[in-house]
Amino acid sequence: MTPPRDSHTLLDVQSLQVTFPGAAGMVRAVDGVSFTVAGGETVCLVGESGCGKSLTALSLLRLVPPPGRIESGGHILFEGRDLLSLDEAALRSVRGRQMAMIFQEPSTALNPVLTVGDQIAEVVRVHTKCSHRDAWQQAVDMLAQVGIADAPARAKQYPHELSGGMKQRVMIAMALVLTPRLVIADEPTTALDVTIQAQILELLRELRARTDMALLLITHDLGVVAEMASRVLVMYAGRVVEEAPVAALFASPHMPYTEGLLRAMPRIDSAQVSDPDALPDRLVTIPGTVPAPDALPSGCTFRDRCAYAWDRCAREEPVLYQVGPAHRARCHLVQEPERRTPHAASTASREVAA
Amino acid sequence: MLSLVLVAVAAPWFAPYDPNATLDIIALKNQAPSLDHPFGTDPYSRDVLSRVLHGARVSLGFAFATVILALGAGTLYGSAMAFASPFMGTVLRRLLDVAFSVPRLLVLLAVAGVAGPLDVRLLVVLMAGTGWFATARLVHDEITALRTREFVLAARASGVPATRLVVRHLLPHLGPLLMTAASFSMAGTIMLEAGLSYLGLGIQPPTASWGNIIRDGAGLIQTHWWLTVFPVLATVIPIMTCNAAGDALRDRFAPPQFAGSAIPSPSNPPRGRIPSLFRQ
Repeated sequence: MTPPRDSHTLLDVQSLQVTFPGAAGMVRAVDGVSFTVAGGETVCLVGESGCGKSLTALSLLRLVPPPGRIESGGHILFEGRDLLSLDEAALRSVRGRQMAMIFQEPSTALNPVLTVGDQIAEVVRVHTKCSHRDAWQQAVDMLAQVGIADAPARAKQYPHELSGGMKQRVMIAMALVLTPRLVIADEPTTALDVTIQAQILELLRELRARTDMALLLITHDLGVVAEMASRVLVMYAGRVVEEAPVAALFASPHMPYTEGLLRAMPRIDSAQVSDPDALPDRLVTIPGTVPAPDALPSGCTFRDRCAYAWDRCAREEPVLYQVGPAHRARCHLVQEPERRTPHAASTASREVAA
Repeated sequence: MLSLVLVAVAAPWFAPYDPNATLDIIALKNQAPSLDHPFGTDPYSRDVLSRVLHGARVSLGFAFATVILALGAGTLYGSAMAFASPFMGTVLRRLLDVAFSVPRLLVLLAVAGVAGPLDVRLLVVLMAGTGWFATARLVHDEITALRTREFVLAARASGVPATRLVVRHLLPHLGPLLMTAASFSMAGTIMLEAGLSYLGLGIQPPTASWGNIIRDGAGLIQTHWWLTVFPVLATVIPIMTCNAAGDALRDRFAPPQFAGSAIPSPSNPPRGRIPSLFRQ
């Protein structure tokens, strides 16, 4: 929620499209995603499983798993350079040095046969011409910075000797050792216990403040969003469906999907805060699941699950309508707000209360 | 296994006589095993024990060099195949299939037959050159499986180049696989070398190798059994040892669900079940 200290655009993604060959032609798993990240800013990418968040993140590093590929026509401008036009060697100099990634599952993202110190030092070694000893020293310093006690001894340990929270700290140390300009964190706390989650988020916030890095945080936890983000992008079925500053998003979501996500957040005081006539102590969900990218409905991709959907939604695909400063939503309701009836919404949410 | 290597290394000190010395062409020709000559002597009055011991040096050393070379080549080719572009990967894979379809022994016989008796170093290269295909395929499959693992993605995301990725991140995972492959390949190579030498196309006399010692004695097997039996035993024992070692390594490193599954091997009996019946 800190305002960006440095307002220049660090990352500018323009109509990014990732396709996979499917039985019936190319399937668009990420479809025309555009967004920007300014230096020092924290942007959250929110959405359900399978809506293209992680794929978007991987395409920023040009690491889309084959046979998937990034279609030409889009751009990923990072500090003014188009990453899509770089060759492998130039890409390698960006990966890890200027743009780094923290993975969701630290126990699989660390190599079990190398010590954690080796793995951090390796990042230093492949990007800078420094001796083995210097790289090791930097790794140990970084481990200390991410809050690992007795770093010199811990650096000599293998991943299986560390706890989940410590492994995630190691992952963070690996990503941040060269102080990259942008760090992509793909659900960095999902695999951890709740208490550890809070510690890791605190650590990320502290490191962000210290290094002035920009953070692209991928999550499905709106609690994390509220704590960390300055801006939020909501993704659904491979597209950005709403984009807003964090306060505006929580105060007045315009896309019914975002509304659904907010309502589905478990709260200690759930019965009072959500609809007065909603059943107490029931977790509200959004009906249905994300449609498979090769079987998207016509018009609005969310209409099958939307409580407000009417015939226009099937006919015409909504665009991102401007609803406020820096707030855009992909929904026809923006143009026809009279269709938003509270009756429809509360019925829908009660039907699926689980 | 270790004692075999020890024997091979220490042969010069162990062996009671010079393996190529004709001790006494008249008095000591074709002697049956005795205290002085435990394995007997051959038609040239050479001590068979000494020859077998020195043969171990040659045969095992030869097999060892071949296996190391073959594993190296196989690993290199396998990783290249795994990391090549889809098109190049297919080309390399088809080339490997072609190589696989040519019988190894035939190639060796043809080359040795046409070029005549080969230098030992050349023979090692030739054997290795025809022995790495299986390893290449193993390594390729293993790396293909490994590279979908997240830590490989994480390493690439931090800018680690492909060669470094293979050497530092993937090869350590191949250790168990390569060790297992090496022991089986060792057994095969010992046998093949013995076969070639027996046919006179391998290691050339008078240098003693197990294969050509057997060959020397083959014509006299009915009257002078010691000329054949001891070198054959010397050949068979290391082959069995290598195979057993390979089996043990495979059991040791295989995922537990395979190691103790359907067919209980003698080395891995279904422990604990029968006692538990009685315990009730």
